[in-house]
Amino acid sequence: MLSVRHLDVRFGRNEDAVHAVRDVTFEVGRGASFGLVGESGSGKSTVLRAIAGLVDRWTGTIEVGGEALGAERSKRFRREVQMVFQDPYGALHPRHTVDQILKEPLEIHRIGDRDDRVMQALAEVGLDERFRFRFPHQLSGGQRQRIAVARALVIEPKVILLDEPTSALDVSIQAEVLNLLQRLRRERSLTYVLVSHNLAVVSHMCDTLAVMRDGEVVEGMAVEALRSGTPTHPYTRQLFRAASGYDADLVASLVDDL
Amino acid sequence: MSDAALLEIEDLSVTYRTAKGPVEAVRGVSFTLGREKLGIVGESGSGKSQTGRAILGLTDGNGTVHAKTFRFAGIDLRHASERTMRSIRGNRISMILQDPRYSLNPVMPVGRQIAEAFLVHHRTSQRDARQRALNMLEAVRIRDPERVYRAYPHELSGGMGQRVMIAMMMIPEPDLIIADEPTSALDVTVSLQVLAILDRLVTERGTGLVFISHDLELVASFCDRVLIMYAGRIVESCAARDLAEAKHPYTRGLLNSLPKIDRPVAVLPTLDRDPSWAG
Repeated sequence: MLSVRHLDVRFGRNEDAVHAVRDVTFEVGRGASFGLVGESGSGKSTVLRAIAGLVDRWTGTIEVGGEALGAERSKRFRREVQMVFQDPYGALHPRHTVDQILKEPLEIHRIGDRDDRVMQALAEVGLDERFRFRFPHQLSGGQRQRIAVARALVIEPKVILLDEPTSALDVSIQAEVLNLLQRLRRERSLTYVLVSHNLAVVSHMCDTLAVMRDGEVVEGMAVEALRSGTPTHPYTRQLFRAASGYDADLVASLVDDL
Repeated sequence: MSDAALLEIEDLSVTYRTAKGPVEAVRGVSFTLGREKLGIVGESGSGKSQTGRAILGLTDGNGTVHAKTFRFAGIDLRHASERTMRSIRGNRISMILQDPRYSLNPVMPVGRQIAEAFLVHHRTSQRDARQRALNMLEAVRIRDPERVYRAYPHELSGGMGQRVMIAMMMIPEPDLIIADEPTSALDVTVSLQVLAILDRLVTERGTGLVFISHDLELVASFCDRVLIMYAGRIVESCAARDLAEAKHPYTRGLLNSLPKIDRPVAVLPTLDRDPSWAG
């Protein structure tokens, strides 16, 4: 469904250039869920943004449904690929009602039955019609993220790019949003690319994953390797051990340049 | 002194006046703190940060603080003058906040900010304060203290910035540190390194620590004791290492709702909030 080959992204020019993504290659099958894991600055979000068309200059090949993407994204691409961002407070227009927020993509793509589709999208993310004419500031963080998911879903995409979709949420709300995303993937055979720093979230959500560091993929693996704690790269093993909480001995053994 | 409680709080409440009527952010919170690492966990709006701010007298102007007992090192905080509070704040109780980018002065080199934290509370020379600041930067494991001393906050990474914050908060040698989500903005390995520094300083100097966090697993592994807050109240307290066996349905619900790396489940259990928890 999605294929990324030899993706390179550089920001800035000449001596100030930052090589943010280096030769990243991966494939995601239809209906599969792929995780990109890494710490800040690893380039994981940049990969996602390059796929979404939010990065200007990149080289390599990105294909969605067999169609190679250029610098300009077609309307078909924009209908098939949608993105959900980390911060549900920043991602929704503060002076648009939920109704306007959900109708905008329908208007852009000239899709009819807008009222029905808005109601259906709300129902699918577990919100009833009372929310339809509210503004974002009248919603909780979890409700806002549900609206962001509903906005992505309303035009029936095939691929959803998820950039840390629950890291701004409380854990009980995170569980609800993750369950929602899992159910939608099952029901609609959606393909996910999930960027997260949280190994437990990736373990829960993904079939395969890649661990990134300094713009490069250090290791790709099936989720079973992560769950059983048997990644092969030392950096991944360090991330895995660090995820289990504070341990003075562990900290003493941390190495900066694995 | 070492056996006496550093902080004694009984029936603390923080109430805010709002357009829609009074909001009780903290209700009937009681605990004592010795020279230990006490975690306060809870979700947004549970009152954990408001409890920390009340101890420092930093409750916003439209809020009022009430308590039957509210004592720090024998000083009654209920009747403390603003002057007394100023001599306590920073000097005897200091606070580490989540994001060093917002807590440091962006237009002053960080070394001078650390030295200033010492000078405000001690009569000494600039040179002495500078030397102490450099020593403190070394104590928080900064490799090149002279360079970092001259650096501006924007020139530091998140982890470095937070170490600078810890240096600044530790330099007056406070008796109590309130750390409100001190590592939530940091990567996991950096976060653990910063906590190790805090752990060592707190243990060596016998400082009390109130560690406010939403991260149950981190608190369970880092602190000695944990209070779990919900809707402004403490619903449960236990030894940190026993948190996994917590009894209260809210605590259990939070723990269960966390995805686990090694134990996949089809559907994560979600929290059914029982109105009785809010009491």
